[in-house]
Amino acid sequence: MTFREILRFALRGLSANKLRSALTTLGILIGVGAVILLVAVGNGSSQQIQQNIERLGSNSLTITKSTSGRAGGLARLFGGGGGPGGGGNQGGQGGGANGANGATGQLQNTAPRTQAHDLTIEDARALADQANAPSIQSASPVVNAQAQAATYEGSSHTIQQVVGTYPTYFEAANRVVAQGSYFTNDDVTNARKVVVIGQTAVEDLFGTVNPVGRKIGISGVPFTVIGVLETQGGAGFQDPDDVAIAPLPAVQQSLSGFSGGLNQIVVQAKSAKVVDAAQSEATSILDQRHEISAANPADFSIINQASLQSAVSASSKTFTVLLGAVAAISLLVGGIGITNIMLVTVTERTREIGIRKAIGAPKGAILGQFMAEATVLSLVGGILGVLAGVIGSQFQVVGVKPVIVPSSILLALGVSIAIGLFFGSYPANRAAKLRPIEALRHE
Amino acid sequence: MSAPQARPERAEACAGNTASAPPAVLDVRQVSKVYGAGETAVHALRGVSMRVEPGDYVAIMGASGSGKSTLMNILGCLDVPTGGRYLLDGTDAGSLDERQLSILRNRKIGFIFQSFNLISRMSALGNVELPLAYGGIKSADRRRRALAALAQVGLADRVDHEPNELSGGQQQRVAVARALVTAPSLVLADEPTGNLDSKSTRDVLAVLDRLSGSGRTIVVITHEDDVAAHAGRVVRLVDGQVVEDRRRVSALEVAK
Repeated sequence: MTFREILRFALRGLSANKLRSALTTLGILIGVGAVILLVAVGNGSSQQIQQNIERLGSNSLTITKSTSGRAGGLARLFGGGGGPGGGGNQGGQGGGANGANGATGQLQNTAPRTQAHDLTIEDARALADQANAPSIQSASPVVNAQAQAATYEGSSHTIQQVVGTYPTYFEAANRVVAQGSYFTNDDVTNARKVVVIGQTAVEDLFGTVNPVGRKIGISGVPFTVIGVLETQGGAGFQDPDDVAIAPLPAVQQSLSGFSGGLNQIVVQAKSAKVVDAAQSEATSILDQRHEISAANPADFSIINQASLQSAVSASSKTFTVLLGAVAAISLLVGGIGITNIMLVTVTERTREIGIRKAIGAPKGAILGQFMAEATVLSLVGGILGVLAGVIGSQFQVVGVKPVIVPSSILLALGVSIAIGLFFGSYPANRAAKLRPIEALRHE
Repeated sequence: MSAPQARPERAEACAGNTASAPPAVLDVRQVSKVYGAGETAVHALRGVSMRVEPGDYVAIMGASGSGKSTLMNILGCLDVPTGGRYLLDGTDAGSLDERQLSILRNRKIGFIFQSFNLISRMSALGNVELPLAYGGIKSADRRRRALAALAQVGLADRVDHEPNELSGGQQQRVAVARALVTAPSLVLADEPTGNLDSKSTRDVLAVLDRLSGSGRTIVVITHEDDVAAHAGRVVRLVDGQVVEDRRRVSALEVAK
């Protein structure tokens, strides 16, 4: 009795009940497919979040005003693609800081801490001081103005956010001008009304017309377009390309006003290696300037992209494990389906088992035949499930592009074979233990 | 499953049985079988003894309830006796474990059942090959022997048919081919013609006669006199005891 023969008997047994075999296989198929697909979705979404964070510039720090100590504003970055200037959903920032960085930049101190200092241009200047902060490359003050109506010759578009800042911001925030030019320090000094706009704004306002050199009105104030940003794309709630970047004083003058402080300071470290050093330098400088002590908790928070990244990857790992666990349960259910159907098969074929035993089939051959049947069912289901999972991963699932984890394929296949062996062993044992005389009497 | 493993045990069993020089194919000594226990115990066999020599053609007869089916199951190593000894070809069946019994059934006994007991959805050839497959015979050899056995029962042209495409008589002849393909010491037939019409009965009995003529040992269990008429020896059972054991000139020998 060779392995091939046992396999042949098994295949013959399975083909005798094609529909039943197919349905049992389907159970395993769904289980394996779900494991692969869901793990791929989890993995894909975690990669997407990682990319969004990387896009912000991995060696930059974002400093925001905070009324509740140094709690990070992690949540706001999950929206993705906003950039350090992306205060579009800052309402959710930190704890209880609602409105602190409101649309107009005016401060509405609703939080308990009323003596909080605003972030100021002087703060930014102090941070950029090479003597006190050798690890910091640049510090760009940022003010935001949200949802500003822009017009160009009859067409209009609401720009999600207008960022007022210094030229160093472009590098720190990883924004590149694809067409035209950046604005300069000179533009800042003179508060020139020039603007660099994102692709979404370009398409809505200009269509196919080259926007460089044209004048647009932002909330009625004329700005000259001098550059177009390279498209960044993104899958968050916020479109990172629906943005306009202009010199800080120009935005303050015409849109946000001077009364409030800065929304953010974007600090660029000299290299990825000194990000942590830059963070501690920035902390000590601001602690000093804002008179922070044990009795007087910090009124700013610093978001470090690197630590953010590790925090996010840890949480997305949990997410992936959770998805995988749900899928594993469906695989288990498929396995129980195999036991069930094999028990039915053994009962149905009791007489056949009796005949085989009467003509001299040893226990091992019967055991082998039914084990092989169960394993073939689960293996075929497993292979089809891998196919289904791989094909399914080619499509976007709820806005996430799944990325297959190769080890999940091996794992799912291995588990499906193990399920066949494990869940098939009970019915197969029952078949092998049947006494021939009783099996033959079975009708 | 393989021969080398099986041999030592058999040699041992033979050593314990030094009484008679040429072992009988069947040697049943005071075999009894009791079903249940206490008040409700049923004594199916009450001390049956018989010997069957090589080449014998024996019919075991009896009314239903006489214990002939129980005896058949014990002879075929499908059941174990409650008391007494049973030697098959010199091997004490009582001393073997389950694995050794399956080897014994595979090599020494060919079964023919009343209800054919072929495996459905398997061709005639596949059914006949099955005992050889369990015996570990190589595929090419198996096919050759199975085809020869089918030719012997006159079904050379039906090898690829499945049981449900064959008539009752043909199915039983496939079963006969399956029984003799391993060249067993003993062909054991349990009411082989019970489910057949008279023409098929004649066909099957003719095949059994031919086998007997070629020297096979055959034990047929039946309650029909015309089936028993083919056998050279008739053993009659009543209430689990042998009441008659008669040799006679069989129809086959008359024909000679």
